Amino acid sequence: MTPPIIEAADLAKRFGPTVAVDGISLEVPAGAVLGVLGPNGAGKTTMVRILTTLTIPDLGWARVAGHDVVRDPQSVQRSIGVTAQAATVDEVLTGRQNLVMIGRLSGLRRAAARARAVELLDEFELGDAADRVVGGYSGGMRRRLDLAAGLVTRPPVLFLDEPTTGLDPTSRLRMWTVIRGLLRDGVTVLLTTQYLDEADQLADRIVVIDHGRVIAGGTSEELKAEVGGARLQVTLSRADAAARDALSPFVSGPIRVSEDGLRLDAAVESLSGLATTVVRALDESRVTVDDVEVRRPSLDDVFFALTGHAAEEGAVPEEVAA
Amino acid sequence: MTRRLVDVAVLTGRNFIHIGREPLRLSDVTIQPILFTLLFVYVFGAGISVPGGSYADFAIAGLLALNLTTSAIGTAVGLSADLGSGVIDRLRTLPIWRPSVLVGRSLTDLLTAALCTAFVAGTGVLVGWRPDASAASVIAGFAVFLLFSYGLSWVCACLGLVSKDPESAQGLGLVILFPLAFVSNALVPTTHMPAVLRTIANWNPVSAVTAAARDLFGNPNPSAAIHAWPMQHPVTASVLWSVVLLVLFAPLASRLYRRRTTD
Repeated sequence: MTPPIIEAADLAKRFGPTVAVDGISLEVPAGAVLGVLGPNGAGKTTMVRILTTLTIPDLGWARVAGHDVVRDPQSVQRSIGVTAQAATVDEVLTGRQNLVMIGRLSGLRRAAARARAVELLDEFELGDAADRVVGGYSGGMRRRLDLAAGLVTRPPVLFLDEPTTGLDPTSRLRMWTVIRGLLRDGVTVLLTTQYLDEADQLADRIVVIDHGRVIAGGTSEELKAEVGGARLQVTLSRADAAARDALSPFVSGPIRVSEDGLRLDAAVESLSGLATTVVRALDESRVTVDDVEVRRPSLDDVFFALTGHAAEEGAVPEEVAA
Repeated sequence: MTRRLVDVAVLTGRNFIHIGREPLRLSDVTIQPILFTLLFVYVFGAGISVPGGSYADFAIAGLLALNLTTSAIGTAVGLSADLGSGVIDRLRTLPIWRPSVLVGRSLTDLLTAALCTAFVAGTGVLVGWRPDASAASVIAGFAVFLLFSYGLSWVCACLGLVSKDPESAQGLGLVILFPLAFVSNALVPTTHMPAVLRTIANWNPVSAVTAAARDLFGNPNPSAAIHAWPMQHPVTASVLWSVVLLVLFAPLASRLYRRRTTD
């Protein structure tokens, strides 16, 4: 078996009285995408900063592409691409100048750096804005340039720290397409996010962190299974007290009824054929139904079950165009 | 070694792109020197008599000292602005030679100092400044200034590294550099200063550099009559001062940079 390309053991880091990372261990095999999911302040960024040589851990160790992040940062730096949460491109330079500069500083010769910049600008649909000053870019463009900046040397390992935080839904979808394109090239990615659907969409495996610790890990399916069965949601045409009695044989736990009596919601155990059975039972009780939905728990439910609080506190997407 | 040179050259180039984008940021080494030269020569020059020559002949070396000293604030401000932006994080994830950010900044400021020197000297010639020495000696005079300017930019790099933001770097620079520039022989002869100020002025590196340049330019140098050692050996003193600044503050800046960018 090939050794993991990112491995960390017992990483801990405190800033004054604040414990940012409190004993995180993780492994990412080559070619995999690990989603690190957690709310604001969970320690995701500090963890990424440790793995990308920007922050020195108080305890524990980490290796990226076989190199120790503390003892041999330059070798790590040669193997990684980083897209940080805060924009790290130079606002006064043009998109092209930024990429050429990074290429030159990464050891490319002038001509190679220029050629690579052109390639990346095209790939990230920034060709038209190539010679405009980055200060005038929209939030989405800036993120794409930042992502391109991390890819100049085609590194085998990529760190994406909340790549879509603060983007409007359209820019977010576009960013996802771009990231999926990268995954096809077989790079190893560690992606942090506070958006559950993002981890679900992009990552092979997910670890959930909260208060600087890993509180759960697995595939998205495994995490959902951990929370237990599915949920049944029934929408009635008219409020009808008979609906509750008709549903009760199929559900586990209490049935929640909305104030207007039109929506009923409950946990259920088995999924197979459930919707049909439920509709039939309601029909026999002469209850008219608009909609029956059996859904697997979302990662939102998972997060709530694991931490007792919602994941996306205060994380309202907004356009950050300047 | 070549890699280090490339890193420094690329980062120096970046600073020049910044300057090209906002040429007004260069006003302290272009417009200000012209303005100061005209103001001092015509306003102060009218009221100050200098033994052995015109005020313009006396003043130009002093104005070079004044402008180069005060414009060194730019190093502090520029470095502090960089530290406050995300760009430094990007640079830190690249396999570059760490001090190249600092060296690139100091080289940028050496080149803008040369520009400043040209503006003061050019304006000086227009208002009647005439060096009275060989070309080599005049060039040596400029070199003494640029060497000092380079040493001072490392002091200012340290100021930038200990400042929270560009505004406080500017403030801190002003508080340190203005007295340094003014409590000296740069603009008026020191003989009539109060005793304490006179002693400070005689040992001020700015005075040594100014006196050295006046000697090398062949311009009137009233400080030659002062017995303080730096005024008797101004060229040696100014080179020594510059080297001392470099030896003390370049490693200090490196260490402060390392500390500031490690967490």
